[in-house]
Amino acid sequence: MLMWVFLGSDCLFFGALIATYMVYRGQSLVGPYPIDIISVPVTTISTFVLLMSSFAMVQALAATNADNKRGIVGWLLATAFLGAIFIGFQVFEFNSFKNEGLTLGGNLFGASFFTLTGFHGAHVTLGIIWLLAMAIMAAKGRVGPKTALDVELLGLYWHFVDIVWIVIFTLLYLIGGFDAGPLVPPGG
Amino acid sequence: MAAITGVLARPTSYAGIWGWMTTVDHKRIAVLYGVTAVIFLLIGGVEAGFLRMQLASADNDFMGPARFNQLFTMHATTMIFMVIMPLSVSFFNFVVPLAIGARDVAFPRLNALSYWIFLFGALIMHMSFLVGQVPDAGWFSYANLTEKPFSIDRGLDYWAIGLLVMGAASVAGALNFVVTIINMRAPGMSMMRMPVFVWMTLITSILLVLAFPVITVGLIELTMDRNFGTHFFIPAEGGDPILWQHLFWVFGHPEVYILILPAMGIVSEIFPVFSGKPLFGYPFIVFSGIVIGIMGWAVWSHHMFTVGLGPVANSVFTITTMLIAVPTGVKIFNWIGTLWRGAIEFTTAMMFALGFIALFIIGGLSGISHAISPSDFQQQDTYYIVAHIHYVLFGGSIFGAFAGLYYWYPKLTGKMLDETLGKLNFWLMFIGMNLTFFPMHFLGLNGMPRRIYTYTAEFGWENLNRLASLGYIVLFFAFLVFIYNLWQTRNSRRVSHDPWDALGLEWSIASPPPAYNFAEIPQVEGLDQYWIMKERARAAGTPLTEPEALVDPSSIHMPSPSYWPIFTAVGVALIGGGLLSHYAISFLGGAIAMIGVIGWGNEPAAAPSEHH
Repeated sequence: MLMWVFLGSDCLFFGALIATYMVYRGQSLVGPYPIDIISVPVTTISTFVLLMSSFAMVQALAATNADNKRGIVGWLLATAFLGAIFIGFQVFEFNSFKNEGLTLGGNLFGASFFTLTGFHGAHVTLGIIWLLAMAIMAAKGRVGPKTALDVELLGLYWHFVDIVWIVIFTLLYLIGGFDAGPLVPPGG
Repeated sequence: MAAITGVLARPTSYAGIWGWMTTVDHKRIAVLYGVTAVIFLLIGGVEAGFLRMQLASADNDFMGPARFNQLFTMHATTMIFMVIMPLSVSFFNFVVPLAIGARDVAFPRLNALSYWIFLFGALIMHMSFLVGQVPDAGWFSYANLTEKPFSIDRGLDYWAIGLLVMGAASVAGALNFVVTIINMRAPGMSMMRMPVFVWMTLITSILLVLAFPVITVGLIELTMDRNFGTHFFIPAEGGDPILWQHLFWVFGHPEVYILILPAMGIVSEIFPVFSGKPLFGYPFIVFSGIVIGIMGWAVWSHHMFTVGLGPVANSVFTITTMLIAVPTGVKIFNWIGTLWRGAIEFTTAMMFALGFIALFIIGGLSGISHAISPSDFQQQDTYYIVAHIHYVLFGGSIFGAFAGLYYWYPKLTGKMLDETLGKLNFWLMFIGMNLTFFPMHFLGLNGMPRRIYTYTAEFGWENLNRLASLGYIVLFFAFLVFIYNLWQTRNSRRVSHDPWDALGLEWSIASPPPAYNFAEIPQVEGLDQYWIMKERARAAGTPLTEPEALVDPSSIHMPSPSYWPIFTAVGVALIGGGLLSHYAISFLGGAIAMIGVIGWGNEPAAAPSEHH
């Protein structure tokens, strides 16, 4: 219950960040513009990895209900590992974007892009820490059918972060990734 | 991890300052919120006093424009975020578990965490006075006035970080109340048997949960603009200051309902008790509350009529704003219907509640006059707006809170606030309030802009301003009477558990309530459960005169006090503090918060019973 309401709250948080991005889409006065730097294929791979982590999370919950200790630890670690790969991709992406001249202070695209994806990355990182903590507890034998709710809540959070990424990926990469230059002249 | 848990052994004492710092009891947390809010009421009130002193005469040089800007910014921010909101949360904490027949809130330690984060956030913002760099851009801090070129010192960073930290506290607190109300009601208490105050708490909490993330994003973007070189709100770089206004008011308009709905809930509890009649039209009051909660999201641009959004947007928001007056009017008619032909008892609580209706109607009517976008063009940024906001927030929220204080004080302490002093308190406040704020309507219509630090005598504003400043003095005496009234109850005798012959479950138990609230969780048969119980006993010829008997507390398993909430809150506060000083402190804060969460997770909610 708490988690559901919290995620409702988080929806508005990302909603406002995404709205900022959409308002400023095509409003940057100077480059680099999305088409110069966004690489859809690379991010498609990391998106796929993140989606697979959701699958691992589902397996972890199933293992919890089946009271399969090795399964719980294994799938939780797998989820965390896939999440970490996603973060690795993001670090790589941020780095290469920076090298190509996209910075927070450079233009509005940079500011809204880094803020939105950065906060998403922070959510994923938090999720990984939570997954690892849960895996340690599972290794000590403290996670089982009786505490399945804890794993379920973690799963809810993880899937939510995943879904947000789907929205971000669609808007920023698939739709906005090919924008080149200002869509409307400044002031108009 | 067991080692971490071991470092801070579970507190076992309920006494002394440590008892207060580690408490998870919703009643004690309510007291913490309440006392904090009254202290900030004094601070915000003194700030207002300086403002009124400056404006009392034309061409005054008591203070300069810079100081004036700081004081009105901090006055408004303090009153809204550090007085009215914590006062409401104090009532949520004290009343809700008692009114729904629960032993505590759903997450007692999270509740304590909310309080401590709130307190630290408020302190962060007030530290700006110590470093002499005070926020000075008004309580809605419009961009791009808030950007570095126009506001060079760090005052606005204190403002933004303080609000971010307090926002986290509000969301955590509100989540807790949503879950408490949905999941913790006593058996038989269906949604439509909940007291109106509990309903309003639920709606307010949902609004808080949904509105605060939006301002959080706005504040983050502002902080990044000021510290990390982004240009979200700087037009020269393509940014759009209007975006700040949208983000602020999408939060800001639900926020005004967050401020007023709890007061509406409080008076809805008080009117039936002192009219000797059940509440008139309970479902209408509940559903108009829900409608206000939904429609509150569709009116934010009425704060922005003069921005130039175009005639279509202005018309739409004029219409939605006029419409939202309807559910509010429905409530007022229901309250009047409750009073109609009732056996009205003029207790202090009742007088404050009646004052609430009178003043809120005035504030509501002036609100309608600037809901109409053409007439708002005349009133925008004048003292007319200042008059309006004070009639709804002071005449509405604060009068409602005082009504609640006088009403529930005997339940909280077992002692009654003095009624004679209370009536003196009411009349001073009522007269002072009208003397201060009614002239502002005329000042505004005569063209006096808000937020000017002085004016010349030729404008002819001096007499009305002097009257307003005089009213402030009356208000200040009202506050002193109130404080004295609280103070003198230390000697007064105990009263019965049900001094008002009231309706709700909270009056069926002893005053002050035992730590476990209800020895036996009540079975609820209808709205106004305690009244049902009393009527049944009366019919059987054995009137209920005693509260529920006390039992041995060790037989009831209650959540135990914990160090982790305050420990984690220190971490969260340091994250914010680090952004203002040195980033290393942020990392330290993050580490502390992390340790706090781990320790928290490893600590069972209640200690094994041998520790009791």
